[in-house]
Amino acid sequence: MGADRNWIAARAAAELRDGDVVNLGIGIPTLIPDLVAGRNVVFQSENGMLGFGPRPTPATYDADIIDAGKQPVLERAGAAYFDSASSFGMIRGGHVDVAVIGALQVDGHGRVANWAVPGKPVLGVGGAMDLLAGARRVVVAMTHTTRDRRPKLVDTASLPLTSLRPVDLIITDLAVFAVDGDGLRLVELAPGASTEEVHAHTTAPLRVDVEAR
Amino acid sequence: MVRCIPSDQAFEAVHDAVCDGATVMVGGFGLVGQPLGLVAALGRSGRTGLTIISNNIGEPGRGLGALLRAGQLKRAVGSFFTSNPEVAQAYERDELEVTLLPQGTLSEAIRCGGAGIPAFYTPAGVGTLLAEGRPVAHFDGRDYLLERALRADVALVRAHRADRHGNLTYRKTARNFNPLMASAATHVIAEVDEIVDEFADPDVIVTPHLYVDEVVLAERMPTGTEGGSIDGR
Repeated sequence: MGADRNWIAARAAAELRDGDVVNLGIGIPTLIPDLVAGRNVVFQSENGMLGFGPRPTPATYDADIIDAGKQPVLERAGAAYFDSASSFGMIRGGHVDVAVIGALQVDGHGRVANWAVPGKPVLGVGGAMDLLAGARRVVVAMTHTTRDRRPKLVDTASLPLTSLRPVDLIITDLAVFAVDGDGLRLVELAPGASTEEVHAHTTAPLRVDVEAR
Repeated sequence: MVRCIPSDQAFEAVHDAVCDGATVMVGGFGLVGQPLGLVAALGRSGRTGLTIISNNIGEPGRGLGALLRAGQLKRAVGSFFTSNPEVAQAYERDELEVTLLPQGTLSEAIRCGGAGIPAFYTPAGVGTLLAEGRPVAHFDGRDYLLERALRADVALVRAHRADRHGNLTYRKTARNFNPLMASAATHVIAEVDEIVDEFADPDVIVTPHLYVDEVVLAERMPTGTEGGSIDGR
């Protein structure tokens, strides 16, 4: 059966090192700040903030402090604000260490489709393309299948790609996959998941590390 | 010298500055940092055929969403219109043209527009649907897209505080696109929480006064002062 969204977020949080500057996409990645409280991980938000923390309480809420998902966040000591062009200068300029993003599909080369929604006109892209162009390391945190149990790790993406740049690591509720020049490599199974189950729900070509079997 | 306007005259300021068919930049990331009073005035102005450059088009019926619903928009240039489903409906009925840009490309295009740079290269979007029709150049082993700068006839921006010269400072993530847009339009109107008599600390000013034509006090005041020009205090 595999793990849940919280495990995916916690596994992604374990990839972050002290001192990292990290940008979080919407969805599962937004669970991460609560999981690294007390650690020295600095969150960058593309709407112009460096150094935000978990969600506020009603007592600490400030309507002028939101993250890129337009949700309220807390300002941590040492935070900085800047305009959107400076923010994307940080992102494209390689100053963000890790981006943790959601995805609708990832293809056999580790390339992400996460901006165009099926069956609707393509009217939103946000900062996804800039993050994939500039973040030094990109981690995908997503459910292994769609709501109707279709694979999201696919041989060829049916949705438009966000970037030609492959991501570095993919974390799902079934397994963790490293991406290298030859494609996807299963490196770790999620609690309760089996290699057979991963294969049954994946159409992208996979190599399986001996340790993960 | 900047002109300071009480909040009840925001309508005249916007009505006079914006013509039918104008291109208008509107600051804000969602509703945070959006000059809601100026946007409402633009709605009441009845101006039509507008091209709006803004990250989003508000929410259904709110902010710029109200102008869309009233049929005042011809074209929207931004990065994320998905949060207002009425944008998709208007687009599918051919009532609205949409130019979608990666958010970093949008912000840099506005920055360049204000800085006298007509075009720039960016790695964002290479090889995607958004690269269609854009020239590609190769630098240091990597492909980049050529993107054009953006300018507007009028910018409607939101700041926290103006001093009596029109020097602007912002508050937290309400800054976002506002300082960029203030630099990239022929006429700039800023909506602010407060106008102060003393000069701002020169080291903390984000938008120097030369970019700003008019400052309007936002309708909701933080404390008991009434709207009014600086000179009228």
